[in-house]
Amino acid sequence: MSELLTCRNLTKNYGGLVALNNVNLEIKSGKIIGLLGPNGSGKTTLIKILNGLLTPTSGEILINGFRPGVESKKMVSYLPDNSYLNSWMTVEQIVGMFSDFYADFRPELAFEMLGRLGITPKSKLKTLSKGNKEKVCLILVMSRNALLYVLDEPIAGVDPATRDYVISTIINNYNPEASVIISTHLIADIEQVLDEVIFINNGNIVLQKTVDEIREENGKSVDELFREVFKW
Amino acid sequence: MGWKLDKNRPICPQICEQISVRIASGEFKANERLMSVRELAVEAGVNPNTVQKAFEQLEAKKLIYSVRGCGWFVDTVGSAKETVERLMFDKTAAYVEEMALLGLNLEQVKKYIKEWNE
Repeated sequence: MSELLTCRNLTKNYGGLVALNNVNLEIKSGKIIGLLGPNGSGKTTLIKILNGLLTPTSGEILINGFRPGVESKKMVSYLPDNSYLNSWMTVEQIVGMFSDFYADFRPELAFEMLGRLGITPKSKLKTLSKGNKEKVCLILVMSRNALLYVLDEPIAGVDPATRDYVISTIINNYNPEASVIISTHLIADIEQVLDEVIFINNGNIVLQKTVDEIREENGKSVDELFREVFKW
Repeated sequence: MGWKLDKNRPICPQICEQISVRIASGEFKANERLMSVRELAVEAGVNPNTVQKAFEQLEAKKLIYSVRGCGWFVDTVGSAKETVERLMFDKTAAYVEEMALLGLNLEQVKKYIKEWNE
């Protein structure tokens, strides 16, 4: 398996604050990976650098061999932690916009998933409930045929039924050539679908392991280990 | 169909165990098609790679076999029964050993099981 994502000595400072401290990381294709850490640990900073929204202070990040830019954005499908979509647009218009923006977008798949949820394409985004808005965003992101899906807090603040929907949508659209990175602090909810976890704290990678290794070696769930590692 | 998974143990062997039990009990019949890796992953809420690994391990133990392009099928029930019997034996042995650590002999263990059952 090839390296899909490589970080070498990646550092990001905000003024005097070190958000990422010399991060070295490798992610292979065909994995579902949990990027886990408490609030303010550097999860979103790492994700924003990966998507070219922030530039690193030093070090580099490569996505399938490319630095963040036009080429990498063709391969990365990104769900930000808050929505950037125009709320006056209809679902149909947004699907059209995504089709224009991304060559790998599959509108038929998006409409099929929307239909199953009973969301009508003519409805404006602002008329949808919070849960449905989040589902629409996830559907848009998962309807791309990308190499790397990056989901920043996809299950924060949704009810258990929506959470199950998010998880099964991720499993259903998973393909063996792509990888999915899910950042969250709600570990117990998603640990069963993960291959691997990366623990991040104060900008440092604390641990990168497969979940079954964790359960085997420690005899405890990822959630329990997380609580132990991040105890204060 | 429900899958009961303990998050404190590796998921893969648990999937193997539960499929073995279902084959041995006759819920999954010989030469019947199993659900696909993805279907099972969605139903159990687990990672598709884990299910794939579990299927491969069951194949190595001759509980199931794969047909290229068609999916996975149940092999003979015999090897599943053997697997489940081994599992029951191991679990019983582990329990009895644990009780021995508490200072109980086999007769006392039996007594406790009986009392608990009443």
